[in-house]
Amino acid sequence: MITFERFVLDNGLKVLVHEDHSTPMAVVNIMYDVGARDENPNKTGFAHLFEHLMFGGSIHIPDYDEPLQRAGGENNAYTTNDLTNYYCQIPAENIETAFWLESDRMLSLAFSKKSLEVQRKVVCEEFKEHYLNKPYGDVWHKMRELAYTKHPYRWMTIGKELSHVENAHIDDVKQFFFKHYRPVNAILVVAGHVTVEQVKQLSQKWFGDIPMGEKYMRSLPQEPLQTEKRVQEVHAAVPLDALIKTWHMDARLDKGYYVADMITEILGGGGSSRLYQKLVKEKQYFSNLDCYHFGSVDAGLLTVEGKLVKGVKMEDAVAAIDEEIEQLKSTLIAEPELQKIKNKTESVIAFEDMSIMSRANSLAMYELLGDANMMNTELQKYQDITTEDIQQYSQKIFQPNNSNALLYYAN
Amino acid sequence: MQTECSVEYKEDMINRTVAPPITDAVAFDLRLKPCDRYTLDNQVPVYAINAGAQEVVMIEWVFYAGNWYESKNIIAGTTNFLLKNGTQQRNAYSINEYFEFYGAYLNRSCYNETATITLHCLNKHVAELLPVVAELLTESIFPEQELAIYKQNQKQRLEVNLKKCDFVSNRLIDEYVYGFHHPYGKYTSTLDYDAVERTELLAFFDQFYKHGKCMVFAAGKLPDNIDQQLNRVFGSLPLNRTTLPAVNYSLNPSAEKKYRIINDKEGVQGAIRIAQPFFNRHHPDFPKVQVLNNIFGGFFGSRLMSNIREDKGYTYGIHSYLQNHIHHSAWMISTEAGRDVCEATIVEVYKEMESLRKEPVEQEELDLVKNYMIGSLLGDLDGPFQIIGRWKTYILNGLDEQYFYNSIDTIRKVSAEELQTLAQQHLNREKFYELVVV
Repeated sequence: MITFERFVLDNGLKVLVHEDHSTPMAVVNIMYDVGARDENPNKTGFAHLFEHLMFGGSIHIPDYDEPLQRAGGENNAYTTNDLTNYYCQIPAENIETAFWLESDRMLSLAFSKKSLEVQRKVVCEEFKEHYLNKPYGDVWHKMRELAYTKHPYRWMTIGKELSHVENAHIDDVKQFFFKHYRPVNAILVVAGHVTVEQVKQLSQKWFGDIPMGEKYMRSLPQEPLQTEKRVQEVHAAVPLDALIKTWHMDARLDKGYYVADMITEILGGGGSSRLYQKLVKEKQYFSNLDCYHFGSVDAGLLTVEGKLVKGVKMEDAVAAIDEEIEQLKSTLIAEPELQKIKNKTESVIAFEDMSIMSRANSLAMYELLGDANMMNTELQKYQDITTEDIQQYSQKIFQPNNSNALLYYAN
Repeated sequence: MQTECSVEYKEDMINRTVAPPITDAVAFDLRLKPCDRYTLDNQVPVYAINAGAQEVVMIEWVFYAGNWYESKNIIAGTTNFLLKNGTQQRNAYSINEYFEFYGAYLNRSCYNETATITLHCLNKHVAELLPVVAELLTESIFPEQELAIYKQNQKQRLEVNLKKCDFVSNRLIDEYVYGFHHPYGKYTSTLDYDAVERTELLAFFDQFYKHGKCMVFAAGKLPDNIDQQLNRVFGSLPLNRTTLPAVNYSLNPSAEKKYRIINDKEGVQGAIRIAQPFFNRHHPDFPKVQVLNNIFGGFFGSRLMSNIREDKGYTYGIHSYLQNHIHHSAWMISTEAGRDVCEATIVEVYKEMESLRKEPVEQEELDLVKNYMIGSLLGDLDGPFQIIGRWKTYILNGLDEQYFYNSIDTIRKVSAEELQTLAQQHLNREKFYELVVV
């Protein structure tokens, strides 16, 4: 049970406090309700580029990192298709430094041209390092474009292409900031060796006078129901043939999401999972095989991905995966197999909750989804799933017309 | 706590250009929580940190079974990898199923001197899991079929990795620094995998695991009788009875210092590695060099990062560090930079070395780095797994908590002049190997 208190400042900033006095540290986590899905299709990669710019100086403070480091703190940030999150960990004595820094950059950035110029280059190098200069690095670019025709999950967080990042203009930066980085679109979580009273005072003092801004109302193009099977072939200079196949699954808050999450575990979670045992160990069609999803807020993709053992034919590999999936649709899984997945989930949640950083991040995430207390009811949602749920959901999503396959051939 | 902000401070009086007062992290009284120590009946030492709010534990068995002790390439790593792949009683699938049913994770890793098997689980399941760990450590049989699958899949994995410039550069720089016949410098080819024989694994297992030198590290919210449980299951195994073979390797660093390699002619980035052989933690200067390294390239605010990423935008990240080996170390600078700016990046790295040699670090910068280092040490000690990790490093390196307190003392006291002297001794271009792999 993770306890917390919640209050809202007059400008709409939601503040959550999680006290834990067993640590000398404090975590200040700010989540902004904006991700790559909120981007203009012709200016993709912007939410992430913007995350970099948030370290390029704010209106009263030329450098974000230096004062934080001087106070013994560390920080980082990440952007996903759904949200942007900033967090710092600092000795609790010096927590006010984090309030000072975070509030100033919420008040306004400095909008330095130099920072934009440099970070454009840095992000381009990040793009190259992770997606261009690695074998199979473009798999998700291609898969997203195949699986989504309308929804902005069509592009990756890093952006559709280098040129979008290269062409980012300072006016775009300003507009983006004042649209999304307002108190009313943010959640502040403070965790660790702090008190609620202290956080109330500090929040009011540092964030209280920031103009509220306009609540961002999201209206994204919805992905139409897929009605035909999609297959794309790719030929590239890679050493091994690879296969990646996806099926549309439910959005984060739907029951189907939890069932889909368990299905990925049944199929690909660990050495006793079905796909690993059958296709890597017994048939030896794949040298590695994973089954996963990204935990997307909007409807995501359940994914199977693997590299083929040399000499194995692509059609045999595809058929072998289909066979395992048919099995899931036609036959109820045994109770102990379901229990195994539930036990794993219980364990994963316990390990995740070990650090205050991770607890703060989860509280912000669930608050963004609607209610931070979902963090405490999440396990029960998994516990309630039955073998019939697994079978019915498998029958629902594992339809050829709901599938997207990328057949990635080595030249 | 002195953090309560003053009540009379009015909102409209906030001066945002002035930083709130801070307590210098160097003033913190850092303590390394002592670990419980006991030995099992067979003299296997146990180190334990009982702490934490979550009902989880981590137990790690460390064996002196690393590359250092193999007489043929990849035998140590293969033995370690296949520990989970079959015993006299269970096949690989049932071993995995057993641990996974309890929501437990059993990982294994092979390093240079040591190799480990690590259990993460909820504390309520420890009693069911320990006997099966013991079974793996005494009854593993390394089935031919499992070995064959392992070889096939590892070779494929290697083939993919060899397309990556960072992977290739990490192998080569170690070879230049230590020599290919040193455990720190050697690497694996597909032919090495082909040459592995099951009998070699059985022999290595028998000597270095079943009758090997073992120590146990445990942390988390441990069951009250964890000592008895460990003793009951592991205390009568034939461990720690024979002495380890004395194995010595000589360093054979490469004569040539500068390398440019094209691994992928279409590559858009180059992996840059700049390194020199360096002393290990036992050298009295080591903690001071850690401070110097932080200033140079050890954290986000370092000079390499500020210049090459935050000013020039040549790279997504650049770091320097001292390699974490027991016998010898190397001082390494590592980055992936745009192909057309690799040479410019290297020029800047040497410029930063030069500036550390020529000018003493300004007090303000030094204070910042000191505070940052102490603050991050405080963060690193947060939680039982982190604390036991630090103890493990000390114990495997033949150090004790005095090293921890000495390091803190060094961070507090080291002067700009001392750091400049160290820079003059060590940060010289001609001492470094230099590699770019595109």
